[in-house]
Amino acid sequence: MTHDSHARRYEQRKVTPKENRVATSAMIASLAAEGYDTEPAPFGHALVELAKTREDIVGLSADLAKYTDLHIFANAYPDRFYQMGMAEQVLVSAAAGLAREGFTPFATTYAVFASRRAYDFIAMAIAEENLPVKIVCALPGLTTGYGPSHQATEDLAIFRGLPNMTIVDPCDAVDIRQMVPVLADHKGPVYSRLLRGKVPSVLTRYKPDYQFQLGRAQLIREGKDVLMVTSGFMTMRALDAAERLSKDGVDVAVLHNPTIKPLDRATILAEAGRGGRLVVTAENHTIVGGLGEAVATTLLTNGVTPTFRMIGLPDEFLEAGALPTLHDMYGISVDGIVRQIKGWI
Amino acid sequence: MIEESRMAPVSNVSLERRAWNIRRKALLMGEVQGQGYIGQALGIADVLAASYFHAMDYRPADPEWEGRDRFLLSIGHYAIALYAVLMEAGILPEEELETYGMDDSRMPMSGMASYTPGMEITGGSLGHGLGIAVGMAMGLKRKNNNAFVYNLMSDGELGEGSTWEAAMSASHHKLGNLICLVDFNDQQADGKSTEMLSAEPVVPKFEAFGWHAQRVNGNDLAAVVAAFDAARAVTDDRPRVIVFDTTMCKGVPFLEQRDITHFVRVEADEWSKALNVLEEGKPA
Ligand SMILES: Cc1ncc(C[n+]2csc(CCOP(=O)(O)OP(=O)(O)O)c2C)c(N)n1
Ligand SMILES: [Mg+2]
Repeated sequence: MTHDSHARRYEQRKVTPKENRVATSAMIASLAAEGYDTEPAPFGHALVELAKTREDIVGLSADLAKYTDLHIFANAYPDRFYQMGMAEQVLVSAAAGLAREGFTPFATTYAVFASRRAYDFIAMAIAEENLPVKIVCALPGLTTGYGPSHQATEDLAIFRGLPNMTIVDPCDAVDIRQMVPVLADHKGPVYSRLLRGKVPSVLTRYKPDYQFQLGRAQLIREGKDVLMVTSGFMTMRALDAAERLSKDGVDVAVLHNPTIKPLDRATILAEAGRGGRLVVTAENHTIVGGLGEAVATTLLTNGVTPTFRMIGLPDEFLEAGALPTLHDMYGISVDGIVRQIKGWI
Repeated sequence: MIEESRMAPVSNVSLERRAWNIRRKALLMGEVQGQGYIGQALGIADVLAASYFHAMDYRPADPEWEGRDRFLLSIGHYAIALYAVLMEAGILPEEELETYGMDDSRMPMSGMASYTPGMEITGGSLGHGLGIAVGMAMGLKRKNNNAFVYNLMSDGELGEGSTWEAAMSASHHKLGNLICLVDFNDQQADGKSTEMLSAEPVVPKFEAFGWHAQRVNGNDLAAVVAAFDAARAVTDDRPRVIVFDTTMCKGVPFLEQRDITHFVRVEADEWSKALNVLEEGKPA
């Protein structure tokens, strides 16, 4: 008697011939974006800056301070940092306790472990009480080739269902640096995705006066043929794809929407309602329950019905491998976006 | 020389040599990628040699043979070490060594059941193995199958609540067919385990949870073998745990002496240097 759910699935795997093999980048620390400057550890440095004037800020991590850039804060304020060990449940429960005593905790781990392991503790100890705990998580969506154990492909869907939770999916170093004080000022709980290490600076190149605003989507690029509504690093990819498409005469607007919840319905409705453009959402997340479905619901329930398409990860456990290979394979690379949009227009 | 003494001896290769072969294969895989959890692999090689060439029963050509002892790799990031022993045991073809960690390889960086023959579970989200081992041990008992379930976990996993739920469950359900192996290398991602969230004293904790518990030097092969023998010889139905104190990078002194971290960096030219150093200590 053995189970056969995946028994011998390994026998169906083909091994790539030698000449075509690509070294994996499963262990990468930083997300690459060609042609952009980078900033080191924008989250860690912004938190240190904020902590200078905010005595209530404390930091906690579950054995991933170094891997979420929180070590910068830990080094600057060792007595305001709690190393909780690899124990994500008590990480968030203790953050709830600190918030009850008047502190503003920033708790970090990987997105998979906050959304999967610690979820019940976040739901009841933090969200139900509407406590100001800021959960900031590295490795969002498909940002490691390490396989499903580290690929947080459904974190936004999980947290979207949670009342009181504000959800942020920042694009770049600019968003991350600017969001830190805003999240601290916000009265309730926040779940934010994080890019760590050397993080590309993108938004100010296209919009020099860009300023992160919680709950607001902002038009980064104008275009008359296609409106892309994007979040997270998919905004960078969309901006690069828009450049490429413009050379083929396709004019693409990019509406960057870093706040997944509450959604900036007014801006999305206004932009989507503006004349005959194909509307395409793009997210580093499963197409189930993320930005795409949130936008679709908003449009449909308000009677705005442009031609609508979604770019996102499939409803599957994803492969392990080199990140560029995987981004191409699942259609969230610049090439992937260009290919899909060309197929739709 | 400690001889192989499985139920069905398959060779006269010494355990020391098995451990050495495991270290060598792990270094060769690390060289393929220029990276890998090599510190952990070198540290746990002796325990894996004793598991696969002293304690466990299995059929290399039939990794899903119903009578096999189950070996769960809870710590998915130690996959490089398990691939090395699976190759050494003839479960995984040695030709695949040079595909380690590449696209379309059956040996991804983190261990997953659907990729690799002999990889029982998908680990990597840490704190899963012991709970699954509890269920498999229950299942084997229900089937009157005498196989053991081995779960290899890390000191970091002692921080997870799920570990202690499983530990309490294993003794309550009298799972004498469960043997838990803990690699106590005093290392985690952010630093030394005992300085971050100390699980000490580990042996009294497991004993208080109703387990037969031992602690030995995990790089002393004779002590490791004796601990496996003692764990299997317990006559009552307590689950058994062996805590192994190990040294990361064991067997390659210049790496051992390095400022050890969770992910030991090895420069491009150091892989061959490490292999040469290892070669000097090659056992018979
Ligand atoms: C539930 C969970 N939390 C966090 C991580 C991220 N992580 C990967 S390895 C690791 C260190 C865990 O300690 P241990 O296994 O003892 O590390 P090692 O001895 O290999 O350095 C952490 C925190 C994880 N894989 N799973
Ligand atoms: Mg360890």
